Amino acid sequence: MATAFAGRPAPADHAFRWIAIGSAAIVLVVLGLIAAVMTARSIPALRAMGFEFFVSRRWSPANNVYGALPFMWGTLYTSLIAIAIAGPVSVGVALFITEVAPRWMTRPLVHVIDLLAVVPSVVFGLWGILVLAPTLGRCVLTAGLILGMMVTPIITSLAREVIETTPAAEKEAAFALGATRWEMIWGAVWPHSKSGLVGAVMLGLGRAMGETIAVALTIGSAIGQISINPLKSGNSMPAAIANQWGEAFDLQKSALIALAVLLFAITIAVNLAATAIVLRSRKRSSR
Amino acid sequence: MMRVAHGHPEIACATERTDLRARAGLREAKDAMATVMFGAAVVVVAVPLALVVWALIERGAHVAFESFPAFFTQEIPVVSRRPGPGMGPAILGTLLVTGGGTLIAVPLGILGAVYLNEYGGVSRFARAVRFTAMVMTGVPSIVMGLFVYIGWTVHFGFSAFGGALALACLMVPVVIGSTEQMLRLVPEALREAAYALGATKSRVIVTVVLPAALPGIVSGSLLAVARAAGETAPLLFAVGAATSFNIDFLGGANTALPVQIFDNATSVFVGAQDRAWGAAFTLVLVTFLVTLGARFFALRSALQR
Repeated sequence: MATAFAGRPAPADHAFRWIAIGSAAIVLVVLGLIAAVMTARSIPALRAMGFEFFVSRRWSPANNVYGALPFMWGTLYTSLIAIAIAGPVSVGVALFITEVAPRWMTRPLVHVIDLLAVVPSVVFGLWGILVLAPTLGRCVLTAGLILGMMVTPIITSLAREVIETTPAAEKEAAFALGATRWEMIWGAVWPHSKSGLVGAVMLGLGRAMGETIAVALTIGSAIGQISINPLKSGNSMPAAIANQWGEAFDLQKSALIALAVLLFAITIAVNLAATAIVLRSRKRSSR
Repeated sequence: MMRVAHGHPEIACATERTDLRARAGLREAKDAMATVMFGAAVVVVAVPLALVVWALIERGAHVAFESFPAFFTQEIPVVSRRPGPGMGPAILGTLLVTGGGTLIAVPLGILGAVYLNEYGGVSRFARAVRFTAMVMTGVPSIVMGLFVYIGWTVHFGFSAFGGALALACLMVPVVIGSTEQMLRLVPEALREAAYALGATKSRVIVTVVLPAALPGIVSGSLLAVARAAGETAPLLFAVGAATSFNIDFLGGANTALPVQIFDNATSVFVGAQDRAWGAAFTLVLVTFLVTLGARFFALRSALQR
């Protein structure tokens, strides 16, 4: 103990500090390694295909031709279906919890939503393939619906946090002017929460785009198909990786890794944009 | 902070948006319709999720408890056509993989958060770590799976350890985030009191700061464990597909509940599908119990934001 009064920190103190620094640094090392290793391994496929990798719709391992467009399309299409449904519904549920539900209902509702957020995606996939797919087929729509169910609890709980930051004074001001509840929400809650809600929905979008298993089970794993018809089967970037990796050799493996790098870049971009929006709205509301 | 001087743009907005002089009947009708829409949103969410839970109970619990405890203890049939139990190796595998991932990720995550909150503060390095951790929470889990395959499995073969590594990659940033939040809530006065008694910094952290934040840290870590236990994609390429018990953490193909659900879900045989439902029921039960544990510790936390 006496060392605390000495000029130099005790050796044990010094060691502890470096252990903590080392642990924190691991995050940097791991993300750096992921980016470096994956990019390096994707280069053979990207070199062989050139720019065609991003714009070709032909994916034929037998001919060593790899075009990622159908997978990008499938990822985008399924996530947009998911968000189109989950976005409005989640905001509705969040508003119900914060503004409409009686007090005794709020806590149980919040707990149920939080519990649903930890249901593993493979369980939704199982339900999708064995309960939903027999009627809808394994198609883009089924995958989109399953994704929507998965991200709803996540978006709802983020949206609730955003809405709860609306200053009580502004809500009471609206009521004092004689506003109905809807007018209060439209006039006080919505302008305040708008950007935060956009951020919450975008975080859900990022989650939906990266989801592998639920989509792999329900989308139908078509090869090289781009269709606007949501009842046709399709494929997504992560689902293609999961389904094809086992049988893939050399260049196909490299092409699948290139898909992963592309997915990595897209989801990071979406998440960063979403986080920036959420942080900005939070900063404004804390003033 | 400057914007306060210009008044509240939100309130200004409110008067433009709503005409409070409109007919009372119309306004009330709109209000009632909005309330109905919010209620409808709850129904739209509740019905499909209730159907999922119902399917799990009806098909899953039935399979899991039909010949108790055979489903939990017997090996997985090598021929997937064969009906009947069990999922024993997958349950053991999930315990090994998730447990291993937790043992790697939680100490690292806590120490990383200790650095961020107690040493780093707003230094450039600390900000970089925080930013990277945030980016990492958004990385799709299949990317982690491929990374571990390329970096580990290719060289050392299938093992529960590979799966644990992949899960640890997913968990570390989550644990860092939740732990740092808890450490931030520890009152400065506690630290100062300990320093006044002559304790060194590491001693203050280990004997005062961490114990004060412990329930919250445990709660956050348990939530990370619950999410990791349900992950399938990171395990697909690293763990393998064993059908018999493999207690060896470091070597040999293993399996896990999510992987078995994924494999059996695509089977055309009812027996295999049944095992998938049973495994799903077991997995959801485990994740729910862990989540409830997290809630228990969160309630015990004395730190309030």
